[in-house]
Amino acid sequence: MAQYLEIRWHGRGGQGAKTAALLLGESAAAAGKYIQAFPEYGPERMGAPVVAYNRISDQPITVHCHVKEPKYVVVLDSTFVGSVDFTDGMPEDGVLVINTDKSPAEMRKRLGLEESSIRVCTVNATQIALDTIGRAIPNTPMMGALIGATNLLNIEDVIEDTKRKLEKKFRNRPEVIAGNLQAIQRAYEEVQG
Amino acid sequence: MVSKTVAYTGNEAIAHGMKQINPDVIAAYPITPQTEIVQIYSTFVADGLVDTEFVTVESEHSAMSAVIGAAAGGARAMTATSSQGLAYMHEVVYIAASMRLPIVMAVANRALSGPINIHCDHSDTMGARDSGWIQLYSENAQEAYDNLIQAVRIAEHPDVQLPVMVCLDGFIISHALETVTLNDDAFVKEFVGIYKPKHHLLDPENPVTMGPLDLFDFYFEHKRDQAEAMRKAKDVIIAVGQEYGAKTGRGYGLFETYQLDDAETAIVVMSSTAGTAKAVIDELRAQGQKVGLLKLRSFRPFPYAELAEALKHLKAVAVLDRADSFNAFGAPLFVQTRAALYDLPQRPTMINYIYGLGGRDCDMSQIARVYADLAEIVKSNQTGEIVRYLGVRE
Repeated sequence: MAQYLEIRWHGRGGQGAKTAALLLGESAAAAGKYIQAFPEYGPERMGAPVVAYNRISDQPITVHCHVKEPKYVVVLDSTFVGSVDFTDGMPEDGVLVINTDKSPAEMRKRLGLEESSIRVCTVNATQIALDTIGRAIPNTPMMGALIGATNLLNIEDVIEDTKRKLEKKFRNRPEVIAGNLQAIQRAYEEVQG
Repeated sequence: MVSKTVAYTGNEAIAHGMKQINPDVIAAYPITPQTEIVQIYSTFVADGLVDTEFVTVESEHSAMSAVIGAAAGGARAMTATSSQGLAYMHEVVYIAASMRLPIVMAVANRALSGPINIHCDHSDTMGARDSGWIQLYSENAQEAYDNLIQAVRIAEHPDVQLPVMVCLDGFIISHALETVTLNDDAFVKEFVGIYKPKHHLLDPENPVTMGPLDLFDFYFEHKRDQAEAMRKAKDVIIAVGQEYGAKTGRGYGLFETYQLDDAETAIVVMSSTAGTAKAVIDELRAQGQKVGLLKLRSFRPFPYAELAEALKHLKAVAVLDRADSFNAFGAPLFVQTRAALYDLPQRPTMINYIYGLGGRDCDMSQIARVYADLAEIVKSNQTGEIVRYLGVRE
């Protein structure tokens, strides 16, 4: 029976949740995994809630439906707190990684997860993005934070693979590439919980 | 052959396949969720990676008209569309088939308006099912890519000379990144070969007329010829699928079966939902339930005899249609599958589910419910409702 890891990304239109899912998928594929990465397309507008998914497995993945029980959930925007149930469908050993300047204990309290066995991790990805990329686009640092929190993939490999991807996309803007790679590394190191 | 495994969306896989085929002419108009295919292809043209004459047109009607003109002139011509785009080119779609032009068109399946919806169902290509085009449906990005390459050979085969639609589920496959194994360029070039049409308009040594008036004297014979070409397409699809399999390790037939041989109940379905059904079958098999799947690849030609043979041992079968044919006593795939089994001395009980319209997610619980319903039918020996709706609010 096919076993696969499922990940759900919550963001707002313009924050790059879809791109993060695609980049993670590509990095996992480069590491020899079978992958899926896909957004839930709706009437997206800048700032509207967006959901994207990953499936990662050592075996071919045949399912083609939405992810319902993600082990890992990544939240790019903490202003969702109270309006979106991030933990929907998460198993007891799930990991929730949130972009916020709050500590894991404080977020756990805010989310009413004091009694939950779900691990809550936090990182100030927006600040990291501002410091490194110069814009508040928290998607690449949140990919680093997810890997820091879960050891899902080897961070050096991910940075190397992302570098190759960004070099194609931003070949005339080397500062964007360096900033994103630095953001991934910093969030990987700074994620707490 | 050297192959390469990459992470590609369905649209990227199709565009890459088109690049390797390197057709003479592509004419297309953008429509979600197909747009990326020709958008990516246009970058190949701009970067000088292909020799294709890329014709930007003002509508899908013009896109199909342009590829018809190109193909009539002896070119290998391709296009891509979805939903309203296919609907808009409807009248010329029939002309492409009746002129026996081996055009290949990728269709990212999408619901038809209204209400307006950009997501997947098969209403668009079901509306073209009697247009005379071959229709191949793809479970995932890999199959979309493989089907596209094979479609060229099938369409251009002297016994066939019919256009082919390569269908992939909009968004679910077109926009989802998946693991895809690509053939090397040289293999694809050799596999599709050089197109040498028997007749074309730019051959002054052998002048022909194409598309003239054809009244009660010969129109009927030409339609009869189309039916015969579609009948012959079946063996060509099998032969090309076998040859492709021998060279790539990924063989194709008219349909794929999964855990069907010893199954008591089964689902018949096309495209991406077949993959979800496979995962449900794995779970139910682990519990000892004898459930199986038949995933239809070739909807036109419809392999009725082969389907009857493959399904005859079952006690109950559910056919899942991602399109409705309102109050026609079942949707197209069901009606045809049921008709195909009518002449069997002993037939399985058959029910129809219309599912997933407008992109409604068809998850594993919905598929599991279908198998539970089939088990109940077998146990109670009561068919109940024959045409049902899956995953809809009633």
